[in-house]
Amino acid sequence: MKLTGAEIFIESLKKEGVEYLFGIPGGAIIDLHDALYRQDDIKFILTRHEQAAVHMADGYARATGKPGVVLVTSGPGATNTLTGLATAYMDSVPIVVFTGQVPTPLIGNDAFQEADIVGMSRPCTKYNFLVKDVNDLAITIKKAFHIATTGRPGPVLIDFPKDVQVAKAEFKYPETIHIRGYNPTYHGNPKQIRKVVKAITSAKKPLLYVGGGAIISGAHEEIYKLAKKLQIPVFTTLMGIGAFPEDDELSLGMAGMHGTYRANMAIQYCDLLISIGARFDDRVTGKVSDFAPYAKIVHIDIDPTSISKNIKVDYPLVGDAKLVLQEMLPLFDEYSSVDWKEVRKPWLEQIEKWKNEHKLAYDMQTDEIKPQYVIEKLAELTKDEDPIISTEVGQHQMWVAQFYTFKKPRRLLTSGGLGTMGYGFPAGIGAKFGFEDKPVYVIAGDGSFQMNEQELATIVAYNKAVKTIILNNGYLGMVRQWQQLFYGRRYANTNIEVQPDFVKLAESYGIKARRIRKKEEVEDALRELVAYKGPYLLDVIIAREENVYPMVPAGASLNNMLLT
Amino acid sequence: MKRIYSIIVENHAGVLSRIANLFSARGYNIESLSVAPINEEGLSRMTIVTEGNEQVLEQIGKQLNKLIDVIKVIQFGEEPYVEREMALIKMHTDMNTRAEVLRIVDIFRGKVVDVSHDSYTIEVTGDSDKIDAILSLLEPLGIKELARTGKVAMIREKKR
Repeated sequence: MKLTGAEIFIESLKKEGVEYLFGIPGGAIIDLHDALYRQDDIKFILTRHEQAAVHMADGYARATGKPGVVLVTSGPGATNTLTGLATAYMDSVPIVVFTGQVPTPLIGNDAFQEADIVGMSRPCTKYNFLVKDVNDLAITIKKAFHIATTGRPGPVLIDFPKDVQVAKAEFKYPETIHIRGYNPTYHGNPKQIRKVVKAITSAKKPLLYVGGGAIISGAHEEIYKLAKKLQIPVFTTLMGIGAFPEDDELSLGMAGMHGTYRANMAIQYCDLLISIGARFDDRVTGKVSDFAPYAKIVHIDIDPTSISKNIKVDYPLVGDAKLVLQEMLPLFDEYSSVDWKEVRKPWLEQIEKWKNEHKLAYDMQTDEIKPQYVIEKLAELTKDEDPIISTEVGQHQMWVAQFYTFKKPRRLLTSGGLGTMGYGFPAGIGAKFGFEDKPVYVIAGDGSFQMNEQELATIVAYNKAVKTIILNNGYLGMVRQWQQLFYGRRYANTNIEVQPDFVKLAESYGIKARRIRKKEEVEDALRELVAYKGPYLLDVIIAREENVYPMVPAGASLNNMLLT
Repeated sequence: MKRIYSIIVENHAGVLSRIANLFSARGYNIESLSVAPINEEGLSRMTIVTEGNEQVLEQIGKQLNKLIDVIKVIQFGEEPYVEREMALIKMHTDMNTRAEVLRIVDIFRGKVVDVSHDSYTIEVTGDSDKIDAILSLLEPLGIKELARTGKVAMIREKKR
């Protein structure tokens, strides 16, 4: 029996196990919405902006590990997805975005709501397609999900013209797919693995550098085994937070521009740096020529283009982090007679010293609310409920990275690579769709929150108990911090005191909200927020000019930290 | 350092744009580019000449390999290879220069493929140095128009 393009779309998504589609309807996708209306398996989540729809799918994908799926209309609906696509592309998040398109005979005619979204999205997707023939639709969807979820994951876009949605074809969904130009390497080269084992066992001051790739491949258990077995200290990148328990004695927390003193010092003095699923981003390395000057570098990554891109690597190892480590771990058995605790003693003692020298700290002797205190309190109050924390971008994001103790992967959702303000709130909503029973906390700045605040409507419409904490300083705080430190306190265009009353705003949507200004209110307000059944917004007026420390100025080497 | 990449790609819309974007997004320049279908259905060969230091060239090679539409990347360098380029050169000619132009064309084993009262159109094939050489000789005699194909290249078969 022949099905319409719209019906093939639905059946294909069912085959892929899709639960939710995020988006907004429009003229070029009415037929798809009509088909959605006539079935119950796939739920459409109506957002208030297409950018937010992509971030929701992204948050859903990061939290669950399953691909997030988006459906938007042509023209402006499609162009609104670009920031979301670029965000997901930088952080390797599997999402599939379907955009409506004008009928094929009109493509290129500057028709109403026509945009060349395939051309525009090419640099910010892993791959994209224009489906011109309904007979190619099912296989294109299969390819899209395959490409999005395998290798180094990423966003894929399918442009879906209106006439293809109504044309009919036989539906046959391929079980497997082979794309001849696409063969990611998963297994490590055995010879190279043996070399790395030798380098690790002969190193005196080894250090593990764990990035987002470790979380994507699910390598956290293997990393834990490796670190514990050989007594190797571990730091993570922002994207790698949660891949190693931060309360473990071997954890050094996050490194880089706002990393811990101990992690940055360890990088500068280690003799072997073992990078797993990280890409030597400038926010981690600081000045490249001074980065890890005494270290040989091992780089395990599924993407060969990440290796030796910014930093020359001594032991490249292409493959899936989890598989490579599984292949590597048994080779350490022949060293089982070695007492690694004893061997590592001088190195671990040095690290212990750094740990105690400059701990993350802030001024506690004040009536004002320090943002770090809010995060610490939240961590304390939620430590047993294993929540998902989603952040926006800026100072509050760094305070979360520094002061919340993450113990498991996929618990922190944050836009690391692109640094997209407006990401965190919708991403948190998306995660809540993935995990109905898990608490979701969104930590936002007042600037970022205003970039997608319209999604308050979405959490009301679907009754999602997303808890939002705005750390409100009336500034675009991170830029203000740079202006204070490096631009002679000239606060050009960073004052955003003119803003809505966030409590009234939330209440106008029917959401419970509260504002606090004093330190002694923090615990009570957070307890109320945590306990409340339903969406909640807490506007926390914080110390206005609080800065994020330590800080490595952009382009400086890692041991040049501003500590206070 | 110059390098020639010969790339076998899927022959469909958008592939050229992906490759061009790979270069432009990183600020790398394409010196010459030629594309045409090969004998295998649905595939084309692109020959790209580019310039960069060792690290840039290594990145270009990896990035090309990463593209889903790219089936195979061959980098020319160590192994012996044949490279050719073709040029069409339209010359202003008059009584005084016609004989001289013909002599030069003859020396370079070129061909005159079109003639008019005051022009010759010349076809010449060879490696890029040879094309450069004939152009420098013809230049003073009055080049009206020039079209070069850009390089194509192939690895030499091993001789026994």
